[in-house]
Amino acid sequence: MSIYLTPVKFSNTTLLSSVVEELSHKFKDGVKTINVDLNIDEAFSKEREQYFSTQIISEAIKKTNNLDGKVLILTDVDLYIPVLTFVFGEAQLNGKHSIVSVCRLHEEFYYERTDENLLRERTMKEIFHELGHNFGLKHCADWDCVMHSSTSIEEVDIKGNNYCKNCEREVLH
Amino acid sequence: MNGKAKILIVDDERIVRESLFHWFEEEGYVVDTAECGEAALKKFDKGKFDLFLLDMKMPGMSGLELLKKIKESDPGAIVILITAFASVPTAITALKDGAYDYITKPVDPDELAHLVKKAVEQRELKIENEQLKEKLEEIIKPDNLIGESQQMERIFDLIYTVAPTDTTVMIRGESGTGKELVAKAIHVNSKRKYFPIVTVNCGALAESLLESELFGHEKGAFTGAHFKRKGKFEMADGGTIFLDEVGSVSPKMQVELLRVIETKQFSRVGGNQLIKSDFRVITATNEPLEDLVKAGKFREDLYYRLNVFSIIVPPLRERRQDVPLLAHYFLNKFSTSMNKPINSISKDAMDFLIKYDWPGNVRELENAIERAVVVGKENSIKVENLPFHVSSNNVEDDASGKSLSAIERKHILKVLCENNWNISRSAHILEIDRVTLYNKINKYGLRQINQ
Repeated sequence: MSIYLTPVKFSNTTLLSSVVEELSHKFKDGVKTINVDLNIDEAFSKEREQYFSTQIISEAIKKTNNLDGKVLILTDVDLYIPVLTFVFGEAQLNGKHSIVSVCRLHEEFYYERTDENLLRERTMKEIFHELGHNFGLKHCADWDCVMHSSTSIEEVDIKGNNYCKNCEREVLH
Repeated sequence: MNGKAKILIVDDERIVRESLFHWFEEEGYVVDTAECGEAALKKFDKGKFDLFLLDMKMPGMSGLELLKKIKESDPGAIVILITAFASVPTAITALKDGAYDYITKPVDPDELAHLVKKAVEQRELKIENEQLKEKLEEIIKPDNLIGESQQMERIFDLIYTVAPTDTTVMIRGESGTGKELVAKAIHVNSKRKYFPIVTVNCGALAESLLESELFGHEKGAFTGAHFKRKGKFEMADGGTIFLDEVGSVSPKMQVELLRVIETKQFSRVGGNQLIKSDFRVITATNEPLEDLVKAGKFREDLYYRLNVFSIIVPPLRERRQDVPLLAHYFLNKFSTSMNKPINSISKDAMDFLIKYDWPGNVRELENAIERAVVVGKENSIKVENLPFHVSSNNVEDDASGKSLSAIERKHILKVLCENNWNISRSAHILEIDRVTLYNKINKYGLRQINQ
């Protein structure tokens, strides 16, 4: 199964390269970076100064639904869904599209020093997590599994950075 | 956390419904949505959902109104209200009306995840607690209601079937079979168990006394009524009234009984005030009530009112396999209470107990074991300790012969045992004179043990 990585309002090229490399280790069918001309302005909420993730996914579906594989949008912008103050990402359960924001994965967001390694680790965790949902996985009870739910940055750091055996079987079957 | 907890999201905004739907779906919950209170109520059945997330402001029925309706039907339901504008008075109203919590949009995902997790865990604990209680209650049996025979298993099944309902039960069976114990088992396994079971032995009371006993009396209602007294029906309020030997109730009292059972209202003797009482009726009889109805001695309407659910307790001779279990139970009970080191029953004595017909049923067996423990001098109960005044070889099994004399011998012995070797009474039952009976005793070599 191919993975199409789609940067949208995303500037960190070093991180993008690392992500492609790490994803390629996991998904042998190939990881491609594609540029899709996505207009996400309508997903922006002036009140909240955030982007509505579901709406971005809807836009992406219109442009990339013909692709055979999973489409993951990587972005710097802060994401939300109504009711919640923010989300790290969103995915279609058992679907093709997902989105991950690195906005709240930076240490700077929490007034800490920049830590590129930690940022890469967190980004990979969230990418694996959202792709897992695309492959039909729900949250896993195992804290060592990347599919464990994480609703705060501390929980992102606590959980494991790979799938547990059961979840891995579903993703790589 | 149980991944299968069921959540209903009620919000008029499609975007909110869908967002929450997907978010909770990923969490592993079973999620459903409704766009308004009316639609939510259509989907709602008691116990169908574990948790409700309701938007406060919706066109038509508001979240608060929906909360009240859900709580009316399912008081254990966990409801979380969501609002765009926090307001202390509405929050207080929501919590007073039974909401589990109250959150303001947008909510921190961490906060919502933990709130829901905690709520679902609480709900699961509550359900688990109720289930454990039910399991514990399943094994509540009055001490003496013992048996592993098929007949007794059937009785236990009937008890557990009828106990949780409020159905009137009639318990039939010979004297000493344990009808009152069955009534108690029904009561302790019912939702009325926190209130009393009040027993009235209808056969033991004269008509005038029975009326006062059942309905109570006011001060001065009759000679000797120095104080106001509550009747059994009043005392059974919230609980169960057990009318034993109901077949012996006089025709006048039958009319009264029927009226009270149907209306659950009555006045004390000598009083005008109408008293209401919420009781369940269980009756017991060893008389063939159908025959009494045919003979016009028992009202047909009362019979049908009482005989809604019938339990027939089998005589002990029809469940002989329970005799060893019962005998050991009583042995343990009496040897402990009398502090005697008797801990077994000899094989001969047990064979005798199993073969004996037990006309007095379990009560007779209990008395027999009590006596044996009193008189017993060794660690084990012997045939000689049993109160039947016959040697074990006098009790014959069915294979002992089919000749007329063998059957006559067996029958005479049985009648003598049943009547404690009272010659006059036995002769009367056998419809022979005393001299003939003596001759038969000599002829068949019958003798009383301990003589």
